Amino acid sequence: MGILEVKNVGKRFGGLQALSEVNLSVRENSVHAIIGPNGAGKSTLLNCLVGKLIPDTGSVMFDGKSVLGRAPYEINQMGISRVFQTPEIFGDLTVLENMLIPCFAKRDGAFELNAISSVMDQKEVLEKAEHMLEEMNMADKRHMHAAAMSRGDKRRLEIGMCLSQEPRLLLLDEPTAGMARADTNNTIDLLKQISDERDITIAIIEHDMHVVFSLADRITVLAQGTPLVEDDPQNIKGNPKVREAYLGESA
Amino acid sequence: MKSLTKNDLTLLVAVAFLTLFAPFILNPFPEGSAMAQFNAGYPDLMQRFVIFGIFAIGFNILFGLTGYLSFGHAAFLGVGSYAAVWMFKLLSMNVIPAIILSVIVAGLFSLLIGFVSLRRSGIYFSILTLAFAQMMFALAYSVLTPITGGETGLQLALDDPRILGSSQTPEGNIPVPGLFGMEMRDSFDLELGSWVFTFNIGYYFCALVLIASFYLAIRIFRSPFGMMLRAVKSNQQRMNYTGLNTRPYTLAAFVISGMYAGLAGGLMASMDPLAGAERMQWTASGEVVLMTILGGAGTLIGPVLGAGFIKYFENIFSKINATILHEWFAFLPDGLEDFIVAILYPFIGKGWHLTLGILFMMVVIFLPGGLVEGGQRIRSWLQARKSKNGRPNGTTEPAE
Repeated sequence: MGILEVKNVGKRFGGLQALSEVNLSVRENSVHAIIGPNGAGKSTLLNCLVGKLIPDTGSVMFDGKSVLGRAPYEINQMGISRVFQTPEIFGDLTVLENMLIPCFAKRDGAFELNAISSVMDQKEVLEKAEHMLEEMNMADKRHMHAAAMSRGDKRRLEIGMCLSQEPRLLLLDEPTAGMARADTNNTIDLLKQISDERDITIAIIEHDMHVVFSLADRITVLAQGTPLVEDDPQNIKGNPKVREAYLGESA
Repeated sequence: MKSLTKNDLTLLVAVAFLTLFAPFILNPFPEGSAMAQFNAGYPDLMQRFVIFGIFAIGFNILFGLTGYLSFGHAAFLGVGSYAAVWMFKLLSMNVIPAIILSVIVAGLFSLLIGFVSLRRSGIYFSILTLAFAQMMFALAYSVLTPITGGETGLQLALDDPRILGSSQTPEGNIPVPGLFGMEMRDSFDLELGSWVFTFNIGYYFCALVLIASFYLAIRIFRSPFGMMLRAVKSNQQRMNYTGLNTRPYTLAAFVISGMYAGLAGGLMASMDPLAGAERMQWTASGEVVLMTILGGAGTLIGPVLGAGFIKYFENIFSKINATILHEWFAFLPDGLEDFIVAILYPFIGKGWHLTLGILFMMVVIFLPGGLVEGGQRIRSWLQARKSKNGRPNGTTEPAE
């Protein structure tokens, strides 16, 4: 039994069957990659996992509890953090403030009207945020406006913000899309380090095979809304069905 | 003043200085001189400066921090005014209970309206708040006449109960609002040479409330709550995926800014104990939006500057008429004088809206950050000039 269990999930948009009978099991503390050609339904599946979309059929269980029908913030409180294809950070805030927000948001996300106390008096939270920035090698950028950073730095910050919440499952949606090669390799190293050092499960949606094969312990191939195979990376590489799904499309 | 940074403290001291010395600052021209009509240091106008300053500070907590643009904030100001006048009618002429009730009633109304309106964001939120405010205006104007006085407005009467005070003064007049014996309308004139400075109790009461409101706004801006509100403006998606429900934050900001509006309404009624429905009309709501944007939305001092700017224009520019213009340009040959007066005439008197509109457009186009951005540009220009003339300054200031 994995930490994330997807059973028979189907989703239809008008006349398009985006997902049908998707079954997926993500083992705890593994790195699970979901790959597939364009239009295979990867992003739709991810949106079903985080509460942005509600599937028409099937169930999604996280740690034995259903996530269906819960708002994104409630699903995050269950311990799922998400990294977006284009980094979603607080562009108008400084890097330090970006990191402070998830540090203030405790896991239960309870609303606190701390309108009179000063941010600078919250020593514990400040320390936690500074520590996380150092871990992400961004301490020198702490007073920069987040929007002014490079794509790679924004991605690093976003991952750091997710990690500061100590999630049990980290979902990444094409984390290296649109990145320069050096930034891609940095991101791969960062993710490797995270999965080695932390008690965390990572599910990653990716296009770039280089990223997938350097990270994943387990791979699910999605094609036309259904899983084609789920196997270990070395078996996926030689699998003729996978070749067909990819090459057939490009030929 | 624990945990205020040096910059914030400077700002607070500046606001305190400006408000406390306003009778001097706003009366720079001697009495009877040609420029005397540009003096704004009379109690009625100074009171309006600070009351609308408070209103705009509160509006900025919602609009400047969260980015939610409410087009119905005057409704809370109106509700606050009605609440205060009812307190004067029923309880006593002391302004403290009246203002407390204004703030509470405005808070309750904003809780209700905010709860419904904040289900939507962007333009839909604005339209919802506008709809609520117009409904409240229409109700106050017609069906709720027993409570609001309808078209004539809510006024004090000689037979009001005033259970803790007196219904009438010994002379048989309606008592005036006061604070433990000090009457709000009492003034004291100081004559220095040909200058006359007026110190009004009501004004100083409002000024102290403004300083307290401004201090509270600084605290809110610098608090974790304020940071959350800025995060809501910046990226709601990330808030949601950080396990934070944005609704309680935006609702709290809405209620706080509604209470500021109620406070302003209560003060308005304390200065002049009557309340009319026109205070709730959409033009009044639009005015506070203009003040905030003109001064600089999201900055601390901006809304106060914007409020002062607009109220000054409204009261001073609208008083200039054709005769005054002719006096000014009397030194020119007749034809030229008439020509210049004809050109300037649409911008003065009743046409002051045109001047204000043009200024507003210029600010939005050239200074999107409002008057505050203008000030910052002048400062950096001066600094650049100074470092060019004097010793070269290699260090750069960190961006704030």
